[in-house]
Amino acid sequence: MTEPNIRILLAKLGLDGHDRGLKVVARLLRDAGMEVIYLGLRQTAESIVAAAEQEDADAIGLSMHNAGHLTLAPRMVAALAVAELEIPVIVGGIVPDEDVAALRDAGVAAVLGPGAPAEEVVDVVRRAVDQRRSTG
Amino acid sequence: MNTESSRSPVDEVFGRAAAGERRAVGRLLSIVEAGGPQADEVTELTHGRTGTAHIVGITGAPGAGKSTLTGQLVAHIVACGGRPAVLAVDPSSPLTGGAILGDRIRMDDLAGGDVFIRSMATRGHSGGLALAVPAALRVLAAAGYDPVIVETVGVGQVEVDVAGTADTTVVVVTPGTGDAVQANKAGLLEVADVFVVNKADRPGASDTRRDLELMLDLSHLSGLDAAAGRRPPIVMSDALQGAGATEVWAEVVAHRAWLVANDRLEGRRASRSRHEVRVRVEQLLEADVDALLAAPSGQQLLDSVAAGELSPAAAAHTLRSDLLAAD
Ligand SMILES: Nc1nc2c(ncn2[C@@H]2O[C@H](COP(=O)(O)OP(=O)(O)OP(=O)(O)O)[C@@H](O)[C@H]2O)c(=O)[nH]1
Ligand SMILES: [Mg+2]
Repeated sequence: MTEPNIRILLAKLGLDGHDRGLKVVARLLRDAGMEVIYLGLRQTAESIVAAAEQEDADAIGLSMHNAGHLTLAPRMVAALAVAELEIPVIVGGIVPDEDVAALRDAGVAAVLGPGAPAEEVVDVVRRAVDQRRSTG
Repeated sequence: MNTESSRSPVDEVFGRAAAGERRAVGRLLSIVEAGGPQADEVTELTHGRTGTAHIVGITGAPGAGKSTLTGQLVAHIVACGGRPAVLAVDPSSPLTGGAILGDRIRMDDLAGGDVFIRSMATRGHSGGLALAVPAALRVLAAAGYDPVIVETVGVGQVEVDVAGTADTTVVVVTPGTGDAVQANKAGLLEVADVFVVNKADRPGASDTRRDLELMLDLSHLSGLDAAAGRRPPIVMSDALQGAGATEVWAEVVAHRAWLVANDRLEGRRASRSRHEVRVRVEQLLEADVDALLAAPSGQQLLDSVAAGELSPAAAAHTLRSDLLAAD
């Protein structure tokens, strides 16, 4: 049998506005053959953990557009650790270079800038999932 | 094989799921969805342990408001002390195999509490869906969820079958664009135990209701009403505002009570099992036929057909005899 389909949750943490970018990402991951479980706006770390358990997600993609990433993304990673879920978290959005290292240190698997081309987005998700499957 | 030492990982995950651990339930659902020997193992474990969970199908055209209504129903069920689960089935892209599963956002504020929501893509293999869905519903029921609601888009035959073999099937239609007539064509009228005219806040809702009433009036002509033994009620709802959900659920519960009072529940479940067994046999046979055709003797037959020496019908009969003789 072939590799099982990749199931990825897509969500926006916190209170900020629109989900246009997230929808674009959802479509391009679908077009790459992935199953995208779309959670949309205003999610919390807790609601994402609950969804990840029920959906048996392989990866979590978070979109962030205001300065919240330094607190929100690590909080997400910590909530997963508390729930003993080893699911890679990928952050997309405007993240200043100097913050990328901080996010990686906090356990974020990858950070994608707003201009990342489709192939890169797909590739980053695939690699994060492959890594988890081979170690898990 | 019932020794402690043969305790497989599937056993272990099942134990945790039966004890209410959500992550384990999530895992089991992935296993049954993937199909194969492990999925059969799960089916072995869950079969006969599904208790009395009420299986409810919700179907209707794309965008009719099925998920929004389901969200309202689930909130109502939780408020009444129930422990519901939802299996939301959405189509995969036939080109890439990918899917965007967006039903959860309509059931938003409910993911907390003791509600279990799972999104499932049809994954192109329609036969697989006919196996994966009942297997998934059994996992949820065995994990103690009741009711277990399955949402499918009422377009493909398999999707209609899946919802139509529930204990109670709710068909959602919307005002305008002849939705009631479309539902009739799609075969949804035959499977409906409860009709919902959703988006009743929109103009034309009462016309849609009247269309449905008319079609039901005519259903004695096709013998449909005699087979059903009951005229399905029609409930108006505005799922966006939550209006009507309580009435919809009351009708769903009343339908089940009717099934029980008229000794029809067991019959429904028997026809569901029959359907599933049939699909499984078809799948097994399909694999056997492929193997037979790939074997040298099968190849020879196919060559004879291609060379015009043997008719396809004769070849098929020979192959079937071989198949029956095989074991
Ligand atoms: N006006 C109005 N809009 C509604 C109502 N119920 C749902 N909607 C809207 O209709 C759209 C589709 O709703 P969904 O609940 O996603 O419909 P669905 O049948 O689950 O859709 P699919 O799963 O994609 O087939 C959403 O924008 C809802 O907000 C209603 O009663 N009135
Ligand atoms: Mg839906």
